[in-house]
Amino acid sequence: MKLIIAIIQPHRLDAVREHLTGIDIAGLTVTEVRGYGRQKGHTEIYRGAEYQIAFLPKIKLEIAVPDGRVDDVVQAITAGSRTGKIGDGKIFVLELEQALRVRTGETGDNAL
Amino acid sequence: MINSGDTAWIISATALVLLMTLPALALFYGGLVQAKNILSVLVQCFAVACVASVLWFACGYSLAFSGSGPWIGDLNAALLANVTRSAPHPGTAIPESVYVMFEMAFAIITPALIIGAYVERIKFEAVLLISALWLLIVYVPVAHWVWGGGWLAARGVMDFAGGIVVHVTAGVSALVIAAMLGARHEFPHGIRPPHAPWMVMVGASLLWVGWFGFNAGSALSAGGDAGMALLATHLAAATATLVWMAIEWIKFGKPSLVGAVTGTIAGLACITPASGYVGPLAAVLLGVTASAVCFTAVLLVKRVVQVDDALDVLGVHGVGGAIGSLLLPFLTLLGGGVTLARPVMAQFAVQAIAVMVVGAWSAVATFAITKLAAWTVGLRVDLETETQGLDFAAHGETGYHVNR
Ligand SMILES: Nc1ncnc2c1ncn2[C@@H]1O[C@H](COP(=O)(O)OP(=O)(O)O)[C@@H](O)[C@H]1O
Ligand SMILES: [Mg+2]
Repeated sequence: MKLIIAIIQPHRLDAVREHLTGIDIAGLTVTEVRGYGRQKGHTEIYRGAEYQIAFLPKIKLEIAVPDGRVDDVVQAITAGSRTGKIGDGKIFVLELEQALRVRTGETGDNAL
Repeated sequence: MINSGDTAWIISATALVLLMTLPALALFYGGLVQAKNILSVLVQCFAVACVASVLWFACGYSLAFSGSGPWIGDLNAALLANVTRSAPHPGTAIPESVYVMFEMAFAIITPALIIGAYVERIKFEAVLLISALWLLIVYVPVAHWVWGGGWLAARGVMDFAGGIVVHVTAGVSALVIAAMLGARHEFPHGIRPPHAPWMVMVGASLLWVGWFGFNAGSALSAGGDAGMALLATHLAAATATLVWMAIEWIKFGKPSLVGAVTGTIAGLACITPASGYVGPLAAVLLGVTASAVCFTAVLLVKRVVQVDDALDVLGVHGVGGAIGSLLLPFLTLLGGGVTLARPVMAQFAVQAIAVMVVGAWSAVATFAITKLAAWTVGLRVDLETETQGLDFAAHGETGYHVNR
C-alpha cells in the first residue's frame, strides 16, 4: 500500500475530487494547510506598505491506495490540480505499512 | 426657546457620532491589526469611550464650554450641576442636556482615534491613563479655544466640525505617542498584514454614515447649514475614495479595498472643518486633495520619518484635518460657500496659526503625558506578550476560536 499526500491550490479541490471519484477512489482526507514553495510566498500591499506573506493557504490531500492504483491516482490529482501557473503544488508518495478498518476489523488492501 | 426640529436632529446626530466610535472606529481599527490583537483594540475603544464620558461629566464639559476665558473655561458646570431640563444651550434652540451629550460624543471619538497609533504593543493601563489625561489636557483646552469662546474663537477661526479640534489634535498626538512607545518589534519589514480587510470596510462604512451626524450635526440646528454639510460630507468621501483607488491602481497595478476605504476616511477628515462652510464643488475638490496628500503623508511617515504610527492616524486623520482647515477659506469662494468675515488671506492666516499652535500644544502636552505614563504605569508590554498577542496575554480572551 502507498500513502499519497498532495498539496494543491484550494480552488482546485473540487476538480481534484471529481477526477478521483471518476476513478472510484473511495476515501480521501482533506486538511487546510499553509505552505510555501520556491517562490517563498508572495507580497501584498496595504496602504502603500509591502507585506511579506510567507505562508499561502493550500489544501493537503491524503489518500491511501493499493500499490496498483498509485499511477491512476497521481494522474487524477495532476489532471484536477494543474493550471500551469506557479503554486500548483506537489505530490508525495509514501510507503504505507498497515491499514485497519475499525468497524469490520479488515486490514491491508481490504481496509481501503 | 427650544425648537423640536433642531432638538430631534441633534439627538439623532449624537447617536450617529457615538456610532462612529462604537463600533465603527473599533471595527475599522480592529480589522487592520493581527487576529491575535483584535479584542484588545475593541476593548480599548470601548474603555476610552467610557473614560471620556465620565470625565466629560466630571469637569471636561465645564472646562471646555463654561466660562469664556481665552485659555480654559471654568468649573461652574462641573458634575453637570447646572444642566436644567428646560434651558436651551446659549446661541442654539436645543436643550443644554442635548448639547452636552452631542459634544460628549466628540470627546469620546477624539482620544479613541489615537488608539490607531499604539495598537499591538501598549499596556492597557497606559491606554486608560494617557486617554484620561489627554482628554483634559489636550482636547478640553483646544475645544475651548476653538468652540468654547477661547482665544482662537476670538480671532475668528473656522472649524465647522473638528478638523483642528479633533483631527489635528489626535493626529499629532498619535505620532508623538507612537514615537515614544517605539515601533512594534517586527517594524518595518516583518509587520503582518491586516487580518480582516472586510471588517475595515464595515467600520469605514459605519464611520461614513456616522460622519453625517458629526458634520451635519455640527450645525446645531436642522436647517440649511446642516443640509449643505451633509451634501459636502458625502461628496468629499466618495471623491476621495475614487482618487485613492486610482492612485493605487496606477502605482501598484491593483485597486485595493483597504486603500479605497482609507481614501474614504481621508476625505471625511478633510471635509470636516469645511463641511458647513463650503458648497458641493469645493467638497469634490477637497476629496481629490485629501487622497492625494494623505496617500503621500502615510508613505512619508512610514518610510522617511519611520515612526510606527501603526494605523496611520497622523497620515490620514491629522493631515486630512489640517489641509481641510487650511484650504477652507479659499474654497468658500466657490459656489454654495459662506461669506467670510475677513479677507481670504487674513482668514487663511488665522487658520494657519490655529493649526500650528494646536499642533504644537498637542505635541508638547502629549509628550509630557506619555512621559508621566512611562514613569508610573509603564508604556509597553514585554516582548513575549507582544508576540503572543494582547488578546489573551492582557485580556484573557481569544478573538477567534476556530479549528485550523
Ligand atoms: N519540499 C516540500 N516539502 C513539503 N511541502 C512542500 C515542499 N515543496 C512544496 N511544498 C508544499 O506545496 C505547496 C505548493 O508548492 P509549489 O509552490 O507548487 O512548489 P514550488 O514553488 O517548489 O514549485 C507549498 O505551499 C507547500 O505547502
Ligand atoms: Mg511555488
